[in-house]
Order: sequence, then structure tokens, then C-alpha cells
Amino acid sequence: MQSNNTTNIVICGVGGQGTILASDILSYTAFFEGFDVKKSEIHGMAQRGGSVISQVRFGKKVYSPSMEHRMADFVLAFEKLEALRYVHYLKKNGVFVVNVQELPPMSVLLGETIYPSNIVERLKVYGNVYMIDAARIAIELGNVRVVNVVLIGGLSKFLHFKEASWMEAIRKNVKEKFVELNITAFNKGRESLT
Amino acid sequence: MKALLSGNEAVARGAWEAGCRVAAAYPGTPSTEILEYIIKYPDIYAEWSVNEKVALEMCAGASFAGVRALTAMKHVGLNVAADPMFTMGYSGVTGGFVIVTADDPGMWSSQDEQDNRHYARHAKIPMLEPSDSNETKIFTKLAFEISEQFDTPILLRITTRICHSTGIVELGDRQEKGLNGYIKDIKKRLMLPSHARPRHLIVEDRLKKLTEFSSTFPYNRIEWGNKKLGIITSGISYQYAKEVFPDASFLKLSFTYPLPIKLIKKFSQHISKIYIIEEGDPILEQEIKALGIAVIGKEKVPLCNELDATVLRKSFFKKTKMPVEENVPPRPPVLCPGCPHRGVFYIINKLKLVATGDIGCYTLGALPPLNAMDTCICMGASVTNAHGLEKALGKDFSKKLVAVIGDSTFYHAGITGLVNAVYNKGNLNLIILDNMTTAMTGHQPHPGTGKLPRNQEGKRILPEDIARGCNVEFVKVIDPYDLKATELAIKEALNYDGVAVLIFRRLCALLVEYKPPLKIDLELCNGCKLCLLLGCPAINLKQCTEDKKLKAVIDPTLCVGCNLCIKVCQHNAIK
Repeated sequence: MQSNNTTNIVICGVGGQGTILASDILSYTAFFEGFDVKKSEIHGMAQRGGSVISQVRFGKKVYSPSMEHRMADFVLAFEKLEALRYVHYLKKNGVFVVNVQELPPMSVLLGETIYPSNIVERLKVYGNVYMIDAARIAIELGNVRVVNVVLIGGLSKFLHFKEASWMEAIRKNVKEKFVELNITAFNKGRESLT
Repeated sequence: MKALLSGNEAVARGAWEAGCRVAAAYPGTPSTEILEYIIKYPDIYAEWSVNEKVALEMCAGASFAGVRALTAMKHVGLNVAADPMFTMGYSGVTGGFVIVTADDPGMWSSQDEQDNRHYARHAKIPMLEPSDSNETKIFTKLAFEISEQFDTPILLRITTRICHSTGIVELGDRQEKGLNGYIKDIKKRLMLPSHARPRHLIVEDRLKKLTEFSSTFPYNRIEWGNKKLGIITSGISYQYAKEVFPDASFLKLSFTYPLPIKLIKKFSQHISKIYIIEEGDPILEQEIKALGIAVIGKEKVPLCNELDATVLRKSFFKKTKMPVEENVPPRPPVLCPGCPHRGVFYIINKLKLVATGDIGCYTLGALPPLNAMDTCICMGASVTNAHGLEKALGKDFSKKLVAVIGDSTFYHAGITGLVNAVYNKGNLNLIILDNMTTAMTGHQPHPGTGKLPRNQEGKRILPEDIARGCNVEFVKVIDPYDLKATELAIKEALNYDGVAVLIFRRLCALLVEYKPPLKIDLELCNGCKLCLLLGCPAINLKQCTEDKKLKAVIDPTLCVGCNLCIKVCQHNAIK
């Protein structure tokens, strides 16, 4: 999972889905594990329902907060089409963890373009694909907004971090009254990939 | 102690540790969070000023008072604040005065890609450029020191990728700076020509001293590696270059204006070939070439758009084939479901009006299917552009012309344009989209909210009162969820002789508790697509299983129950 001693993770999705919180939890976990960490994300206009990408890199020493193409060990996609948009980041035999949710962009809503029907097949050309129905899990937990933490729970399956570090990172990044909900969401996501 | 901080958070931390007492800013991506984090330190007086010029001037006042002050703004914000910054270069400081400019290479959330390193040269004030969060904190503290040591305001220049990247930062304690009280000094602060002329001599002399200082500044450093290849770089570009040229020798510049001439000469004497790796304009390249040193810069490194390690590798090495997925529908940003601006843009589009636009979330009203905006230049230009169009094309043209501005933008730079239109007998039709917050940058308060940043009560100043105060006689406040009233009011304004101000007021949808999602009655929907003209991301078309027709569907995870589509549907199919 490591190239040049740095682990590189892309988290992509649609503005408003909570990719930033997910990348915060991930980078704090790596920080608590004693790694050098850099994280890069998009704020501002793109956050309004546009395509968004966060990048997290950790290892002994990290220079650039953004990674080069074909360097990502993992692409965690909060939406299927967004996984397809960022395939060029995934390294050979890397891993996609993808939310099954489809959010058609405006051009699809207006009938100008078509939402691709074969995304999973297309992703499989580039790497291993693991799907999570994060929205269903979140709705079962009674709060659709925890989709992001369900997904980071799914990704956690592939990273060799201590459970205590993940929990500490969740506590650090979510409001106290939502900690229990988010820990449950994390665990459900983690269990969903067996 | 160590912490993970974004670049913006690191500026705030550095200011706090340096004993900064006054900070002011107007929100703008990518600098917004600097003041948001400063607000969390009660030792610092922090305010959202109405614009960047005001913020910079009030911090100048704080510096006159002998306290350390910091203002932060996005790159184009410094255009607004440039006037006082240049003269403050002459006046100098009493308390340390740091001006943070956050540039946006790649224009992630901006209307231009200007390189504000030029401003240091133009205003003849020093500049620091950190390359990660830890340096950002250290340099913010050093900036106050240098400002006081050399009696000058100082620019701390960061970029989007510094502001919104996170790294590990070593934290320190706050050091309180003593207060000496106000001491009158008109030769330094009252820039009559007779006072300014000797100050200009001081500025030029200061630049010479700063040039010497630059070569001794410890963060302008040489990292010796392979001496066949040397890289001169600064800011975030340093990190990209380290990834692509791990074995090269580096001259890592941090105090980037004035340049460390002695150090550059020393470096170049030992290196056979030098690349200048800088994002944006060829500023280092031109100044180093002017020293008679042969370097390679923009002939290799792209001038436009954001740099990264991928771009650099492509520029310097053989191109490798990258997998690229074709036919991925683009996903530009959109107005949120329930956005109160949507109905106004729907009517502007329906009436086929010319609409001069402005800066904010609502600029997204320009995109299909709303297509309701013709221009967007800078903060406040909607008002004045419309005035110019009318004066050029005549009064009749104003019958199909509106200016569209957001509430926060109106306070920032719209009011002067309104005063100008009234005074010059314009026929301006001004639409103020008042969602009672500064939405685009993350909901900062402004005078129309009457709230102060730490949630204290300030004084509320409403746009309708401002309009009436400017002698506008036609002023209306309308709920934009009421489509009929919206259309009627816009038509009335267009036919009104003189300046008309319409305020469409409803709280930003992101700050409102969601109502239950709406549903389409598939028996009543005939697939006319009229609701799609609202450009709501929650409304989609799907093939109906019963009659195989394309019919509207509403995504229950996105719909916030604003009911706007109900008002557009001619078949009562939405419930």
C-alpha cells in the first residue's frame, strides 16, 4: 500500500457531502499514529454542489500537500460519477472504495448528457472496486448526514491504524453530541466491507 | 506541542502568539478562515469589516496606536485595499502591521489569477512567502518583528494550496506586546506632499536595508544537493519541486521581496544549470535574469493555472501516457436546493432581461438553465455596469435591464454605485438578493444581520433604509419564494422612471431547517419539463414504468421542501 514510503488517498465527491470532515478524520488518525501528514482540499464556490476533491498524504516526510497522478493508493468516492472523474489519480492495482449513490449533475438533469450506466465496470479497469451503500446505512442510523463517516469507516478496513486513533480523530472533529452517532456510523461502514 | 493546522489556521495562531491585538477582514476564498480562526482567540479584537479597504485602514489605525494588527484578504481584495496600502508604505508603522494576501492560482473561486507578488514591488514593502502550515505560523510571527524593525507594513503572501492545506505545526505561547499609547507624529502619518517627499527617500533607503537583510534571513536558505542542477523557488512551488527534483540543489526563498541578491549570486556560482520554479508570473525569473544570471523559467514552467508536481513533471520530463476517462459529464457548482435566489433568476430568465451580475453564490444564476446573468467583473460592478449600459444605450434600454447584487456585496461596494446612480439621474433597477448572510464564504455576519463575529449584538443596518437614505423613492421588500409577487415587482421596477430598489429577502437555505421533501404525482405529471427550468439539483427526469414517458422525479435526500417547483408546475403534479 505504500509507494516511496508515502500513503496517498483521494477523497472525492459532490460539494456538501462532507468530504472535508472525512479527510479531517483521516488526517488526524495518521497524525495520532505519528506520521507526517499533509492534506489538501477545495473550499469556496466548488462546495456548492460541484465536484470536490480532498487529498491526504502521510508517511515519514511529506512535501507536497497534493499528489501526482497515478499515485493514490486509494480513491474514496462519495459518488459513483466522481470516482470515474478522478481515476487518473489511482496507482496501478490501487483500490476504489465507492458509495453506490448516484447524484446526476445539472447537465444530466437537463438531458444534455447521460449519466453513465457502466461506471463500476469502467472503474474495474483501473483497480479493485469496493462498493458501500452508505446512504442506506446512514438512513438506518437515522441521519443521512453521517454518510461521510460511514465511508471513512469503509476505507479504514484497508489502513493499518489502531482503532483508538480513529476514535480519537472522530472525537476531535465532530461535535460532542454527535460523537456516539458518528462512532456507530464508522463501525457500520467498517463492518460493511468484510 | 504539535497540532494539525491549515495554512489559514496557522496565520491566526501566529498572529495570536505574536501578541496581535487587532484583526479585520472581509471574507473571500481562500483567505476567509484566517479571521474565523482569529475570532476564536478572545485576546484579539476581531471584526468583519465591510470591505478590504476598510479592514486595512482600521488596522493601520491600530498600528498608529502602537498595537500589532493584521488584515487578511483574497488577492482581488488587495486591489480594493491597494490605495491605503501604498501610502502606509510611506507612513510606516508603530505597532507591527501584517497584510495577508491569499492568491488563488487556478481560480478555484475567483474571477482572475493575478499574482500579488507584484504588489510588494509596486508598493515597495517587504514580502514573506511560506511554503507550508508550519512556516506560515513562524513567518506570521516574524512578519510582525520585521514590520517593527524596518518601520514598514509587510505582506505575507499565501496561495489557495497553502490556505487550504493542512500540516503539522509546532505551537508556542502568546507573547503580550506592551502598549505605549498614542503618540502624535504628523510627519510620519499625515501625508501632505511636503511630508510625503522625505518619506519617499526613507522608503528607498529602507529597501536597500531590506535587501541586505534578505540575504541574512535564515529561511532564505540553500539546500545543497547535486550541483549540476539548481532550483530557485518559493512558496508552495518549493514543495512541488522537492517531489520532482529530490536530488537537486535548492535555493529556497521565503523573504521574497526584496530578493536576497548576495545569496542568489552565491548559489548561482556553484551551479551549472538553474531552473526557476514559480507559480504565476515570471517575477523571480526576470529579477534574477536582470542580475546577469542565466536561468530557465517560464519556457518550461506554465504561467497560467495552478502548478503541481504532475504539471512540473510533464513540463520537464518525457510525457507518460495517463489514463483519462472520456465522457464524464462535468459537475459545475449549482445553486443549492431551496436557494432563495432561484425564483428571482427564474423570473429574470423568463422575462429575458439583461442582468449585470456580481460576486457571490448568486453568480451561479448565470449557468444553465437559469442563464440569468450577463456580466460579473468585481464586487459592486453590477450596479455601476448597469448604470453605464443605460447611459450608453438610453433610457429605453433600462426597461429590460436589471443589476443583481447580494446583500453582503451591496455593503462591500454596492452603496457607492447606488449613490452615484441616484445623483446622476440614472434609471437603475437594482435587485438586492438578501439572504441575510455572506453565504458563499461560509455565512459570515454583515451589517444587515446586525450580529458581530463573536455573536454579540451589533447595530443592524437594513438595505431598504440605506436605499431610502440615498433618496430612492421606489423601494420594495419581497419574499422571493412568492413567484407572482417577484415577477410583479420586477415588472413594476422596470417601468418606473428613476432608480428602483427591490430587496428579495429570505434566509439562505443552508441556514434553514429542512421541510419534508416533495413528491411528484406521476399520474398528473405529463413530462412538460417546466420545473426543470428552475435548475434545482433535486429534480430529475426518469422514465415512468407505467406509460414509459419521461417524467419528473424529486430526490428525497436533496429536496428541502421550498415549494418553488409547486408554483411553477401547471398540472398540480407536485405535492
